[in-house]
Amino acid sequence: MQIDDTDRRILRQLMAEPGLTTADLASRAGVTAATAWRRLEKLASAGILRGQHAEIDWRALGWAVEVSLRFTLDKTQANAFDEFLTAARAVPEVIEIQTFLGRVDVRLNVIARDMGHYQQIYRDRILTLPHIADIESLMLISTIKDTRSVPL
Amino acid sequence: MIDLDDTDRAILRELVRDGSQSAGAVGRTLGLSQPAAWRRIRRLEEAGVIAGRRLDLDAEALGFGVTVFLGVKLAAKGRVSLEDFERAATAIPEVQTVQHVLGLFDYRLRVTARDIADFERVLRRRIMTLPGVGNVEANVLLSEERRPGPLG
Repeated sequence: MQIDDTDRRILRQLMAEPGLTTADLASRAGVTAATAWRRLEKLASAGILRGQHAEIDWRALGWAVEVSLRFTLDKTQANAFDEFLTAARAVPEVIEIQTFLGRVDVRLNVIARDMGHYQQIYRDRILTLPHIADIESLMLISTIKDTRSVPL
Repeated sequence: MIDLDDTDRAILRELVRDGSQSAGAVGRTLGLSQPAAWRRIRRLEEAGVIAGRRLDLDAEALGFGVTVFLGVKLAAKGRVSLEDFERAATAIPEVQTVQHVLGLFDYRLRVTARDIADFERVLRRRIMTLPGVGNVEANVLLSEERRPGPLG
């Protein structure tokens, strides 16, 4: 599907504020409510607009520690990726799993209640994951910007 | 920090799955009245547990086929202020995430681009010219999945 300037205007407003009602969205994008509604339907049926989800702030729930763990896997082992990913999915404190092309193979985002708790998760659940060749950790200090908006 | 009961956790799971649901819809799924669901969602929002809603877009269908994570090391710590780096990095439209981290790098950036050539343009013109930027490591994202996390 080709998107035009009207679609872009609507998407820009919606990316900035996903909770907007169709009426508010229309007035901000400078189109009628009927046009906004039709365009949203079209973007959804084309699979471009898949929906929305709530973002949880784990710190507000008392999960004060967040660590980005970057893994290099032992790729001489067949199925190293699949077995590692399956085991990582079973760790409840893993909130995000990403795979990469580059020096890093897999990244896990891990949360913990405090440093003692993190140490426990790291020893019992992370170091025991299969096929690890190397691990590097980046401890999150602060998130300054976080969006999935694209510059349309 | 607020305490959650099983119903709160179930509400969070529902809204992480589909953030467009009304309080009434969430209530119907979980066997709560609309006002009861609304009050609980409101409480979770006010406590900052629900940090916001995020649009799920098919970025590739919008022409943004490449996501790259950068680990950035500052070259001249002490001489360049972190605020200057953060302000400049945050202002780049292709930069979706800016995180201050502790470890091998000082910052983690998530960058969206149309293709590898477009990424190279962003890297050369925008990233390498950031105030104080030193070593940069790039890893191209192949896949990512969000996990429900420790919601019981």
